[in-house]
Amino acid sequence: MGFLDALPLTVMDWLRGLLGQGLPAWGVELVVGLIKVVLILVVAILPVIVLTWLERKVLARGQDRFGPNLAGPYGLVVAFADAIKILTKEDIIPQAADRQVFRFAPALVLIPTLLVFTVVPMGRGMIAADLNVGILFAVAIGSLAVIAIIAATWSSGNKYSLLSMFRSVAQLVSYELPMAFSVLTVVLVSGGLSTVRIVEAQVIPFALVMPIAAVTYFLASLAEANRSPFDLLLGESEIVAGHNLEYSGMRFAMFYIGEYAHIFVIGALTTTLFLGGYQGPILPGYMWFLIKTMAVVYVVLWIRCTWPRMRIDQLLDFSWKLLVPLNLANLMLVALVFKLAGTGLLGSLLSLVVNVGLLVAVGTFLVRRARSSTSRRTRALVLGEV
Amino acid sequence: MSPNTAFVVIYVLVAIIFPFLAFTVAYFLRPKRSNSEKTTTYESGMTTRGETWVRFRAQYFIYALLFVLFDVETVFLYPWAAAYNQMGLFALVEGFLFVGILAFGLAYAWRKGDLRWT
Repeated sequence: MGFLDALPLTVMDWLRGLLGQGLPAWGVELVVGLIKVVLILVVAILPVIVLTWLERKVLARGQDRFGPNLAGPYGLVVAFADAIKILTKEDIIPQAADRQVFRFAPALVLIPTLLVFTVVPMGRGMIAADLNVGILFAVAIGSLAVIAIIAATWSSGNKYSLLSMFRSVAQLVSYELPMAFSVLTVVLVSGGLSTVRIVEAQVIPFALVMPIAAVTYFLASLAEANRSPFDLLLGESEIVAGHNLEYSGMRFAMFYIGEYAHIFVIGALTTTLFLGGYQGPILPGYMWFLIKTMAVVYVVLWIRCTWPRMRIDQLLDFSWKLLVPLNLANLMLVALVFKLAGTGLLGSLLSLVVNVGLLVAVGTFLVRRARSSTSRRTRALVLGEV
Repeated sequence: MSPNTAFVVIYVLVAIIFPFLAFTVAYFLRPKRSNSEKTTTYESGMTTRGETWVRFRAQYFIYALLFVLFDVETVFLYPWAAAYNQMGLFALVEGFLFVGILAFGLAYAWRKGDLRWT
């Protein structure tokens, strides 16, 4: 471990020593714990400020515009202008709303996302709590988002919100499964649920060992975050932004803070599970973590300006008829390969070959079927059989 | 309680307080001029009619049911996957059996047309 790599840990140890002179052991632990809490909150909230700016900038570039460029250099101050605007907006609670639930629901959107940061290793030894069930904790907490959406939409007392709820619950539960299976594949190869262990197991990043699981995880977590192309609970043109329709002011902002924090979580967890986490040459661990995470975040933003929104039946079909069977097959094939060839280089190589093979086979099948159905339709049109 | 668990407990409390802190700050800064027009249900300018709790398609219910079936079985796969490297060949066979049953359930639902959005 180099000097820069260990710098945060050195500072922490020095602080522990300093506190140890005047405080008992449990007092030191408490103060260190509180410092960690503050640090994690900063790590969770700072990306939100950066992302509100970055998303507008990336979207604008995607649409050949400039984006925010007047408020401060490169429009960087725009996030703070947003914060001030939102703090001074009136909070409206509609008559039809269930007041108690309506007030609590936006907080529920943010809380699970904040909690996931507990188990994300951000550098060598830089993890808030290395739970032995780390990744299970992240998946379990992440699925609490469903309850937040149900609470927010049901309590609004609005039909559009209710429609949004049906869609988003169907979507969230459908994408829970492919996500679980892709995480299972990672757990199987790394032999443990602890996130640090998963990162340490990646001599070769898992994205190169099992690309199917990596891509599935990424897409499923996009769906879990309700990001485009899976953002049909928003559906501005049909259900006027559904779930946050009746909200205003700070409560409305919670949905957005939650969403941007969730995007950063997608980046962080994808990095941890599939891109080798904080591992990398030359640069210190936390720099690698940040670089990889921001790369994934950029892809998330990029997808938003490229892919149109999906239809609900396409969305459910994509999960149940493609991702679930594909990942079940992938899980068992990877299990077979690693049992027969060992977890070494040979196993990894074979796993990659099997993954690519499976992907090519399924891809060919789908393309053939699409072609044949298109040609059938064309023939029917030409022959007047419609 | 290990330090890790203790930390998670503290952090959960702070994470719950955090959004409410934001609400409180907003409470002191925002204007409060509510009237009956503002608090009506928003339906793009139309007056809302009838019950809000409209009937919904049964299809959503079927997906939820399928999800419960699968998710409960997925939970059993986590310990299997975590201990997989330490177990012999029988873990592989058992895994295949279990996932086979799971896949059969999916195939059955698919064949029965439960996954078709009509």
